[in-house]
Amino acid sequence: MTETKKIRTDVDNETFWREVGLDVERHDDLIKGLPPVFESVFLTQKNRPEKISYFDSFIQDLHGKRPKEVYDRKNNGDKVIGAFCAFFPEEFVHATGAVPLVLCGGAEFPIADAEKILPRNTCPLIKSSFGFKISNLCPYFQSADLLVGETTCGGKKKMYELLGEYVPTHTLHLPHKKDEALSRNLWFEEVKKFKGKVEELTGRKVTDEKLLAAIDLANRKRLALARVYNTRKADPVPISGKDVLLVMQLALFDDAERFVKKTNELAEELEARVDRGEGVAAKGAPRVLISGTPMTIPNWKLHDTIEKSGAVVVTEESCTGTRYFTDLVDTSDASSSDDLIRAMAEKYLHINCACFTPNNERPVDVVRLAGEYKADGVVYYVLQFCHEFNTEFAKVERALRAVGIPVIKIETDYSDSDRGQLKTRIETFVEMLKASKASKAASVSKEAGIKASATGS
Amino acid sequence: MRICLTIYTTEMIHRSMTKLFIGIDLGSTTVKAVVLNGQVLASAIRPTGANPRKAGEAVLEQILEKSAGPIDKIVATGYGRVSFSADEIVSEITAHAKGSNLLFPDARTVIDIGGQDSKITRIDDHGRVLDFAMNDRCAAGTGRFIENTAKALEVSLEEFSSKSLASQTPARINSMCTVFAESEVISQIAQGTSIEDVSAGVHASVARRIKAMVERIGVEDQVVFTGGAAKNPAMRKALEETLRVKLTLPKEPQLVGALGAAAIGRDGY
Ligand code: SF4
Ligand code: SF4
Repeated sequence: MTETKKIRTDVDNETFWREVGLDVERHDDLIKGLPPVFESVFLTQKNRPEKISYFDSFIQDLHGKRPKEVYDRKNNGDKVIGAFCAFFPEEFVHATGAVPLVLCGGAEFPIADAEKILPRNTCPLIKSSFGFKISNLCPYFQSADLLVGETTCGGKKKMYELLGEYVPTHTLHLPHKKDEALSRNLWFEEVKKFKGKVEELTGRKVTDEKLLAAIDLANRKRLALARVYNTRKADPVPISGKDVLLVMQLALFDDAERFVKKTNELAEELEARVDRGEGVAAKGAPRVLISGTPMTIPNWKLHDTIEKSGAVVVTEESCTGTRYFTDLVDTSDASSSDDLIRAMAEKYLHINCACFTPNNERPVDVVRLAGEYKADGVVYYVLQFCHEFNTEFAKVERALRAVGIPVIKIETDYSDSDRGQLKTRIETFVEMLKASKASKAASVSKEAGIKASATGS
Repeated sequence: MRICLTIYTTEMIHRSMTKLFIGIDLGSTTVKAVVLNGQVLASAIRPTGANPRKAGEAVLEQILEKSAGPIDKIVATGYGRVSFSADEIVSEITAHAKGSNLLFPDARTVIDIGGQDSKITRIDDHGRVLDFAMNDRCAAGTGRFIENTAKALEVSLEEFSSKSLASQTPARINSMCTVFAESEVISQIAQGTSIEDVSAGVHASVARRIKAMVERIGVEDQVVFTGGAAKNPAMRKALEETLRVKLTLPKEPQLVGALGAAAIGRDGY
């Protein structure tokens, strides 16, 4: 598909950046911060899977090759549609040959810019995303023809209104309650309306055939990710949490077909590692599940701190984690175009976002994941000023304590100002997990000893 | 069985008699070190200054002068733990838990008010951490809060503390932020509140912050008070009154972290 079009990846980055209207001088300051962080977070790890190199090179040229590819497609008549949430029916975008991107900001750099307009006590994800646009610092953002918002949290909702002053923004009306017939119908209508919006923008029709192919593509992406995650249930774990986070983050940026291929290749290597009993951390290393708000590039702070403390992250209950891929769009019962859309709408309503009330499926799911991935403890992650996830902690904590899984809540932003305290908290938590593992092991061997001597006599 | 036990203890004694275990606590204001084998052989404290690594090396030299023998393991803890090349590092919470357990086997709660952060820790009978709470990045509820107000009023910390004990009607300090509290304190003095009452108010305000943390994880007897602020009698009084508990004080509260680190080197977590 893309081969027929001319990709000018040979154009040097700076020429390209000027062409898309980046503030090149400030962008230089932003982008030069990335390599040293990437190096210290990722490249210092030992024994990484070989197939991760594709994702490494993607990030090493994050604002080069891929945004050029996107820009070229735009120039060739494909539209570019950006979003900020897991509630983004990307299938329509694929079906019209447009490019979907998730543009959530994970960098500290543009936050000061955003704070000129947004209140400071806004979640960093919202401020960072907004700052990237108003300061012309993100080449992906520059290509977007349409942005898709959604009525999730208050901070995002109101930010979209302001963002719409810079780029056309279409906000999906997501109901607050997910279980009621009224809500389902509302959401179905919203998804359908979005289809019309995409058709209007692209001037291309979403035929059933194209939609089925797009659903299949998005499902294959979810399955490839699920396959990678599945290998993390092994002990020793074949891949670090950081590396998986990187893959997850790129799922929202890369060309879907290529991403599926590369992710499956990685999964294959990981499966072989599991068969050989090969891991990145020692067998028996404390296993941590992270649950909470999403982490977008280059937000690697929590994983880095946990894994440098001698534990390993084995899964993320997050929108840059299981919430993104757990459910597939199931079209097996569909017999009309509306049925296809309804199947999509249903899938999205199953995302356990804390913006819903009630959201009782989420604590249940966290407990399930902790069991499946054999987590020794849970780190509950809250981006500062996110009231939704912060408040929902009480329920998740209760559910975990009921089954005896230790949990710690970490509330933080993108800055480095709390690095020392974060380290102390995380290290203590990991030491706690180590101590309890050691004492469990001791009591097991003691019991075994008693049993052995009992049967011996 | 008895034979087993004897061998075990002899080996333990042998091991502990010959090898030295060192714990170094690199705090934000002072660096502490403890040498341990079967018992504490030596300890030392010195100011951190600008370079925690250098201070760590100096304090290490200092204690090694007082105790000779092959070093088995050096375990570092405290804020500057990563800047020091030790065999192992542990967080200060884990270290204080272990150290408190060593001194007081019945300890179940540890309150540690340090220079820049405060921690409440629930521990088990082995000194293992069961749960903990820690102040967020602001300095309210830490030793820094008291130091800053004393400085703003131009009195020494010792004087500030002893004046607090003389207060009959402590002032109410409402600001949680050190910066705002400083101006609040100055305006209270300007309005004629005595320095005694202001000081008692400042100590009570720190105690209230600690209470909020304690309420999150609960408190169980015996409660050990460690860290630099434990040497401040006004702080002890304010805490005991606010929490309605009796505090157990180590002889040298500042050394508990280093002691715990050394013990973790010797016995594991
Ligand atoms: S956490 Fe909720 S609002 Fe945030 S990306 Fe996920 S679904 Fe969207
Ligand atoms: S992390 Fe919370 S506050 Fe931030 S965008 Fe997501 S739901 Fe909103």
